[in-house]
Amino acid sequence: MLTNGGQALIKSLEMEGVEVIFGLPGGAILPVYDPIIDSPIRHILVRHEQGAGHMAEGYAHATGRPGVAMVTSGPAATNIVTPLCDAYMDSVPMVVITGQVASSSIGTDAFQECDTVGITRSVTKHNELVTEAADIPRVIREAFHIATTGRPGPVLVDIPKDIVDPQNPRSAMEWYWPESVDLPGYRPETRGDPAAIRAAADLICEARRPVLYVGGGVLKARGAEALRELAELTGIHVVTTLMARGAFPDSHPLALGMPGMHGTYTAITSMQEADLLVALGSRFDDRVTGKLDGFAPDAKIIHADIDPAEIGKVRRPDVGIVGDCRLVIEDLVEVLKERGGPDSQAERGEWKSRISGWQERFPLTYEPSDPGELLKPQYVLEQLRDAPSTPDDTIVVSGVGQHQMWTSQYWGFDHPYTWVNSGGLGTMGFSVPAAIGAKVGKPDRTVWAIDGDGCFQMTAQELVTAAAERIPVKVAILNNAYLGMVRQWQEMFYEERYSEVYLSPDLPDYKMWAEAMGCVGMRVESPEEVPAAIEKANSITDRPVVIDFRTDAREKVFPMVPSGATNSQVVVPPSQQDLAR
Amino acid sequence: MSEPRHRTLTVLVQNKAGVLARVAGLFARRGYNIDSLAVAPTDDESLSRITIVVDVESAPLDQIVKQLFKLINVVSISELHPRDSVERELLLATVKADGEVRARVLELVQIFEAKILNVGHTAITVSLEGSPVKVDDFEELLRPYGILELQRTGRVALPKLDRNL
Ligand SMILES: Cc1ncc(C[n+]2csc(CCOP(=O)(O)OP(=O)(O)O)c2C)c(N)n1
Ligand SMILES: [Mg+2]
Repeated sequence: MLTNGGQALIKSLEMEGVEVIFGLPGGAILPVYDPIIDSPIRHILVRHEQGAGHMAEGYAHATGRPGVAMVTSGPAATNIVTPLCDAYMDSVPMVVITGQVASSSIGTDAFQECDTVGITRSVTKHNELVTEAADIPRVIREAFHIATTGRPGPVLVDIPKDIVDPQNPRSAMEWYWPESVDLPGYRPETRGDPAAIRAAADLICEARRPVLYVGGGVLKARGAEALRELAELTGIHVVTTLMARGAFPDSHPLALGMPGMHGTYTAITSMQEADLLVALGSRFDDRVTGKLDGFAPDAKIIHADIDPAEIGKVRRPDVGIVGDCRLVIEDLVEVLKERGGPDSQAERGEWKSRISGWQERFPLTYEPSDPGELLKPQYVLEQLRDAPSTPDDTIVVSGVGQHQMWTSQYWGFDHPYTWVNSGGLGTMGFSVPAAIGAKVGKPDRTVWAIDGDGCFQMTAQELVTAAAERIPVKVAILNNAYLGMVRQWQEMFYEERYSEVYLSPDLPDYKMWAEAMGCVGMRVESPEEVPAAIEKANSITDRPVVIDFRTDAREKVFPMVPSGATNSQVVVPPSQQDLAR
Repeated sequence: MSEPRHRTLTVLVQNKAGVLARVAGLFARRGYNIDSLAVAPTDDESLSRITIVVDVESAPLDQIVKQLFKLINVVSISELHPRDSVERELLLATVKADGEVRARVLELVQIFEAKILNVGHTAITVSLEGSPVKVDDFEELLRPYGILELQRTGRVALPKLDRNL
C-alpha cells in the first residue's frame, strides 16, 4: 500500500496500541496532525509542551504502558526536555515525537530549527533523527521496544517535515510493519543468574538483621506480589523508597515505610543497623544513603537490578544479580522454599523487638494546630486519606517539596501504582499534568494531585486542558505561601535568613484562578471546614476541582537527615528529641 | 604489579549518524576521561570500531564498560590488554633540524626506523608508526631538539591471534 510518512507515523502508533497522544501542533509537525483527525487515537491538546511530557509520564506511571507525546520542533522540543530528563531519571517508559525542519534545511539555522537529538541525547534512553520516510515504521517499532524493555526510559524520535509532508515526494513510501526489531547491541538480561540467586539465598538465610530495600524497579517489573511473597516467606521487614511507595502495603506488619532524607526513623535506622540489605530495583541514591561512607556500615549487600550498570555503581555488593526484579524475586522465593521456607531463616527475635521498639518510640508525628491557627499540612493529608468518600485505591500525584514528603510519609499506600511523583529529578510542576495523564490512563479511579503553591504556579495552566477535555482530576494545594522546602533549609542551615522564598498566600487567588480555568475552586482555612470540602470535591466528577488549603508555613518535615550527615545523625521531630535512641 | 592507569577498549558500534557523539557525550556527562580515541570502519560496513584509551583513575573500568554498553548503538565492547593485543599508533612531528643537530635527528630517525616526510632548511617532518611505548620513546628523545608541531593518532588495537590448536 502506497502511503506517506505522516500517515505511516500515525499508523505505526496505532500498531503499537497507542490510545492517547498528549501534544500540541506547530509548523514542522503539521503534516502529522492531519491524519490524526481520522485516527482512533485520542489526542489531548495541552497548553504547554512540558505538560504533554508530564502527562505522558503520569499515564505511564499509572498504567505501565508507554506514554506518548508529540510536539513540534525548536521551542516545543526544548519545552519537553524537562519531562524527558524526569522520565530518564525515574525510568519511565515514554515515546516523544518531535517535528524537525525539512532535511534540506537541517544545519542552516532555519526557523524553529534546533539540534533536538543533540540536546536530548543525555536525557533519553535513546533518540533518533529519522532521515527517510521508509524508516518511520521501523524506528517507531524500535522506539517502543527500547522504551518499554530492560530498564524503561524515554525515547525521542525526531522527524523532519519533508518525510511526512504528502506534498513532498520524499514522503512517499510503501507501508509495512516490521515483524521484529533488529537491535544487535540491545539485549536486556531478564533472568537472574541461578548461582547468584543461590548465593543471595545463603546470605538471606543466615542474616540476623536483614532489610528488604525496595526501589522503583520492583514496580517497573510489576513485582509487588512476588515481593510480598518473599517478605512473608522470610519474615523480613521492607522499606520502600520514594519511587517504590505502594510496592508493599504500608498497612502490612512488615512495612517500615520510606527510607532516606525524610524517611521514617525506623526505616532509616533499621537500614543503618542491618547486617544485610537486599536491594531490589533500588539504586543507593544519595537521598537514601546519606553520607555514603557512613551508610549501613555493617551490612552485606545483595543488589538485584535490570540495569547492570547499577550493580556496584555506588556500593559494591556481596552478591550482584542482573535481571528483572519480578523474575529474580520469584526465583529467590523458589530457592528459599526449597531450603525450607520460614524454617530456613536465622533466629531474629532480638532484631524484631528492636524494630518494634523504634516504631513505638519514633512514629511519624506532628503537633496539631491550636484553634484559630492555620492548618497543619499533615492534618489535611490525614483527613483526605481517611475521608469515607476517598477510595482506598485513589491515585495520588505530588509535586516537589515539603508537601511531597508529607504525602509520601502520611498517605499510607496499600496498592501499587497509586503513587506518582518526580523522584530523581525533583521537578516542580510535575503534579498537575502528571495527574491529568494518570486520570486519562485510569479514568475510573479517583486522582488527587497534592501540590505545593510554588509547584502549582509552574504548570497550573494544564487545568485548562483538563477542563476542556473533561478530565476530572482533583488538586489539593498545600498553600503555605512559601517555597517551603527551601524555607526549611534556610531556617535550619542558614540561621533563618530567608532569601527569596516568600510567595504570598493569596497572590494569586487560587480559587478564582481555578474557576477561571473551568474548575471548581474552593478555599479552606480552618480544620472544621476540611472534611466538608473534601466530601464536596470527591463528589464532583464532571470537572477538575482545586482546593486551596491554607497551611502553616512554620511546619517542617521530620525526620530529616541533614545533607552531608550520615543516617545515624537523623534529626527527629522536637517532641521526640529527648527520647533515648 | 599495580594495574595500569590507562586501559584500551575496543568498541564495535553500529555505523550510524551521531554514534561518535553518543560515545563522547557519555564520557563527558559521566566525568570519564578519554586519553585517546580512534574511529575506523571495519570489514562489515554496518559496523565501525572505536578504540578508546580510558583513564581508569577517573572511574572504574567496569562502570565505564557497563555505561557504554547501555548505548543502544554499541554492539560489543572488549578490553584489549596490552599483553593480549597488538597496538599501533602513528606520530607525525616537525622537528627543528639545522646545523649539526640535523645529523643527530636523522640518527634518531634511523634508529627508530621512522620516516622522513618533508625536509626544510631548518626543520624536518618525520613520521613513526609503532607500538605506543615506542612512539612515546621517540617523542621523548625528539623533544630536546625542539618539536615545532606534533600530531598523534591515538592508538588502534586488535586482539592477538590465538595460536593454540
Ligand atoms: C523546577 C524546580 N525549580 C526549583 C526547585 C527547587 N525546589 C525544591 S522544593 C522547592 C519549593 C517548592 O515549593 P512549593 O511547591 O510551595 O512546595 P512546599 O515545599 O512549600 O511544600 C524548590 C524551589 C525544584 N525542585 N524544581
Ligand atoms: Mg509552598
